[in-house]
Amino acid sequence: MDKFDRLTGVAAPFMEDNINTDAIMPTAWIIEVGSDWGRGLFGNLRRDRHGRDVDSFVLNQPRYRASKFLVAGRNFGCGSSREEAVWALVGFGIRCVIAPSFSDIFYDNAFKNGLFPLVLPLPDVQRIAAEVAAPEKTELTVDLQHCSLLTPTGSQCKFELDDSRRLPLLEGRDDVGRTLAMAALIDAFQRTDRHRRPWIYRSQ
Amino acid sequence: MTMLQEAMRRPSRSPAPRTLFDKIWDDHVLADLGSGAFLLHVDRHMVHEVTSKHAFERMRQRGLALRNPELTFAVVDHIVATAPDRKAGRNPVGQSFIDAWRKNCADFGITHFDIDDERQGIVHVIAPELGINLPGCTLVCGDSHTSSNGALGALAWGIGASEVEHVLATQTAVQHKPMRMRIRYSGRLGHRVTAKDLILYSIGKLGTAAGRGYVLEYGGSAISALAMDGRLTICNMSIEMGARAGLMAPDDTTYQYLSGREFCPKGAAWDSALAYWHTLAGDEAASFDKEVEIDCSTITPQVSWGTSPQDVIGVDGWVPDPALESDPRRRKSMEGALAYIGLQPGARLIGTKIDVAFIGSCTNSRYADLEAAAQLAKGRKVAPGVRALVVPGSTRIKRAAEKAGLDRVFKDAGFEWHHSGCSMCVTANGEVVPPGKRCISTANRNFENRQGPGSRTHLASPQSVVAAAITGAIADVRSFDG
Repeated sequence: MDKFDRLTGVAAPFMEDNINTDAIMPTAWIIEVGSDWGRGLFGNLRRDRHGRDVDSFVLNQPRYRASKFLVAGRNFGCGSSREEAVWALVGFGIRCVIAPSFSDIFYDNAFKNGLFPLVLPLPDVQRIAAEVAAPEKTELTVDLQHCSLLTPTGSQCKFELDDSRRLPLLEGRDDVGRTLAMAALIDAFQRTDRHRRPWIYRSQ
Repeated sequence: MTMLQEAMRRPSRSPAPRTLFDKIWDDHVLADLGSGAFLLHVDRHMVHEVTSKHAFERMRQRGLALRNPELTFAVVDHIVATAPDRKAGRNPVGQSFIDAWRKNCADFGITHFDIDDERQGIVHVIAPELGINLPGCTLVCGDSHTSSNGALGALAWGIGASEVEHVLATQTAVQHKPMRMRIRYSGRLGHRVTAKDLILYSIGKLGTAAGRGYVLEYGGSAISALAMDGRLTICNMSIEMGARAGLMAPDDTTYQYLSGREFCPKGAAWDSALAYWHTLAGDEAASFDKEVEIDCSTITPQVSWGTSPQDVIGVDGWVPDPALESDPRRRKSMEGALAYIGLQPGARLIGTKIDVAFIGSCTNSRYADLEAAAQLAKGRKVAPGVRALVVPGSTRIKRAAEKAGLDRVFKDAGFEWHHSGCSMCVTANGEVVPPGKRCISTANRNFENRQGPGSRTHLASPQSVVAAAITGAIADVRSFDG
């Protein structure tokens, strides 16, 4: 997993609420696209039924084609737990989604793939979306060390993030290695638990 | 009270009154990881062919072993064809997912239910049906509708592929502790008003993000009165309210449902499990972070009009007018939804022509759903031009329905009778609603393009779907005889 420390890049405004993971990564693309996840991103919105680009869709507009940020509405990533939605965003090149709120599962999935889901109050998100929609000023910079976001007009937003989320993202590590190192603790729990709740453990 | 019960009644960690959720959470915490994160033991891991493929690939790349094969169960459901002529050897799409699933189950020694196994079915249907899911357990699966399993009093939630890998390798999950919300249902559901209508109504009233950050506990007299199949339907759609999980206190209905099922404890193990399960219900003085009360007696059959599960109205109502909506963001999304779904503000839902009627999915494909649907379909005919299909939630349900002659009733009425799988709910197997066509469905999501590019979906109960299939248009099931 790539480290996430500081990111500067173009931000695409897509200010709808409840953008669901079926929209972010359609089912058919998951089955058919294989590992080129970025191609499937917003597959049914970016392309029409004949596979042609929909020019009006934000990520098809020349100025947003190299976006590294997406600025979105409330409850981003709701619906299906498909992690392919996160892989599609990262595959396209988006490393930070800014929204007033995220669905629980999407939020967790994002951190496991070096995608930073940044929660800001709705008025701030709306202001940033308006700023990056203005001509020539589409770049944001987020600094995870100092928990700050710099907008095109030079204003700064501070944000808070639990260290349990922030540090793994900064270090580019997932949970598996850390938990494997706690094997003795898991062994001890299961030993005790086998006496307390024997019905949970089938004999092998 | 036995000594065992007495001992278990003593709170193990906190002397404060606890909810059902608190008790299950406390019994599974392995470590406090700091900053709000905890490591939880996972008692049951359900694995299906889509999410697991990438998780196992990563396991192999990293040389990881499966920690607890005996706590892991696998089934094929998402991609398998459900067409009546399906064969075990060749699937129309996604064969590589099924091949990988078979190899992974064999290589890692996982109990698995393949296409020709009578225990095969939709993962959230078979976990309770086989007694894999138990009250008080933690259960995860790489699928958001894992929340269904909360109906048995389990803490069950959906996870992504990375977490699937984490659970396979460690039998634990890292979780931030959610808040607790209780929804209490009073009153009685009316004639032909079902658990599906109850949960659709709740999502419409509270919104699709109301449960974000919460575990929901459903309670009240209307929940106690429901049989297990209806309870599963309600917990299934907790995710459509945005909740991490939804659960219900186990009771005699739960225990009677579970008793004797294949993977359920037996004999003395059952007795000690039962004693433990009796301690799980929330303490009377326990408090919730949020409480909601809903009176069921006013709920009518619900049908969705838009492209989010919160876009629902009573079937006899009128499509809402965005012009009357004060929130500009909501107004814009309503306008988009109506343009996509092809309905006019102020139009009646009743009489809206449909092309497809789908009975299936982890929401509504259990025996009681099929039985109620068949009762209404008996002696009637699907309207000309409508494709109607029934996709049972499991092979066992399919066989039980065939034994009772329900398949005959459906086929005589003009419904297709399928094998079990997720089918037209998620369309991963290529079973789609054609572009521009309108489908009334017992599934859980009416998102744009969910049932195939350009598909239009109306969510409803199995009975309402039959009523629409017979009429050829959305209809009020309460006006049907029989």
